[in-house]
Amino acid sequence: MAAPESYPDDLKYHRDHDWARVDGDDAVLGITWFAQDSLGELVHFEAPETGATIGKDSAYGEVESVKAVSDVIAPLSGGILEVNQGVVDAPETVNEDPYGDGWLIRIRMSDPSELDALMDAAAYRAHVAEQ
Amino acid sequence: MDVATLRRTPLFERHVALGARMVPFAGWEMPVQYEGVIPEHVAVRRDWGVFDVSHMGQLHVEGPRAAAFLQGVLSNDLDRLEDGGAQYTLLTNERGGIVDDLIAYRINPCRYLLVVNAGNTQAAYGWVKAREQRGVEVTDVSEEYALLAVQGPNAVGRLGLADAPPFTHAMGEVAGVEVMVCRTGYTGERGVELMCMAEDAGSLWDAVVGLGATPCGLGARDTLRLEVCYPLHGNDISEETDAISAGLGWVCALEKDFTGVDTLRRIKEEGPARRLTAFVMVEKAVPRQGMLIEGGGEVTSGTHSPMLDVGIGMGYVPAALAQPGTELVVDVRGKPRRGRVVKKPIYTREEP
Repeated sequence: MAAPESYPDDLKYHRDHDWARVDGDDAVLGITWFAQDSLGELVHFEAPETGATIGKDSAYGEVESVKAVSDVIAPLSGGILEVNQGVVDAPETVNEDPYGDGWLIRIRMSDPSELDALMDAAAYRAHVAEQ
Repeated sequence: MDVATLRRTPLFERHVALGARMVPFAGWEMPVQYEGVIPEHVAVRRDWGVFDVSHMGQLHVEGPRAAAFLQGVLSNDLDRLEDGGAQYTLLTNERGGIVDDLIAYRINPCRYLLVVNAGNTQAAYGWVKAREQRGVEVTDVSEEYALLAVQGPNAVGRLGLADAPPFTHAMGEVAGVEVMVCRTGYTGERGVELMCMAEDAGSLWDAVVGLGATPCGLGARDTLRLEVCYPLHGNDISEETDAISAGLGWVCALEKDFTGVDTLRRIKEEGPARRLTAFVMVEKAVPRQGMLIEGGGEVTSGTHSPMLDVGIGMGYVPAALAQPGTELVVDVRGKPRRGRVVKKPIYTREEP
């Protein structure tokens, strides 16, 4: 079942509909409720490799539904510590729980000051309302 | 296309009220999904669902010479049809290309109904009308009718209809609405297509949904047809592709005379250079239309199969690569991904 629309206050948001949850020097990344709703039920997560480096505003993977494929944009730069194998195996987890079990990767941030450029939940809600 | 110029079926408001995501398709504003492609797909495979396919075109071909005329423009042998029969057939051009694929319904020896693709209604009508002869009258009656596809193992029973052989039709009544009940469809499941007057479409839709049919959009229609390898005109077949290469030789009566038959006979005799081939992905990936297949092939339709939970597709490949079991490599946005040719259909219906 798809999750109801929500944008938790403890997350930082990128305009391309990606979120980051800061955890010390690390950040956990995923796509927002809006992104998964636009795509529909996900059937494939083309995941990056653990150990790879990702750059803010660049694509680090792809999420794909029956009808469409979309790049996943990195809201922050860093090195990939972990890929969520649960989503690789069961991509629909992202639809069911986009901010919980549906996280995509965990990174070690290389430039935490990049967080300043991201939106808080209120600003992101306003951004979504304009879509 | 500008949204303002898109046409709407008589059921547009009902789709919106059900929360459908509306998209432009072949000049129409159509529901691509309601709850979601996968649950709708599964409903049709396991239970039943209803699709608004009122965007499809209907042509009447009437007159004392109607049968002889159609025999010359359609690929299949129309003489095999009796009153109340239906037949999948092709409208071919001189090069053996496919102007449209359609179903011909024989009402009586002097009256046929052709149900054509939405995006090809004008092309098909224009093509047939231009060849009209004395004793034949071709009329585009698409505006007058609505069409609901009610599909799935439980569809016929839940509608209260009696069983009937596939590819037949008869007049009947569903929930007080007079309908032409056609034992045809585009899902690979048992079911019917119900044609009614456009003004009755709302009552018919409400009755069918009220009986419990899952409303299904064009998204599920595409995944359902691709699992059973029904070609989609504009993707898998076109005016530039011939019936033999497309694996549609079985609907071409090459012993009779029809438009493009000489070309088709030659291709059949020489063997096609490439063949429309079905495949499943061995590696995780979703093939999409336009992706290249190593060795000189191209994907014409691709999706994720909800029933098999793997990427599936069809595409033209050199004849040497078309044997079931052959490994194919699809270029998925720059990444090579392995697939395997399979016998059509990709998915076979579960028998109860």
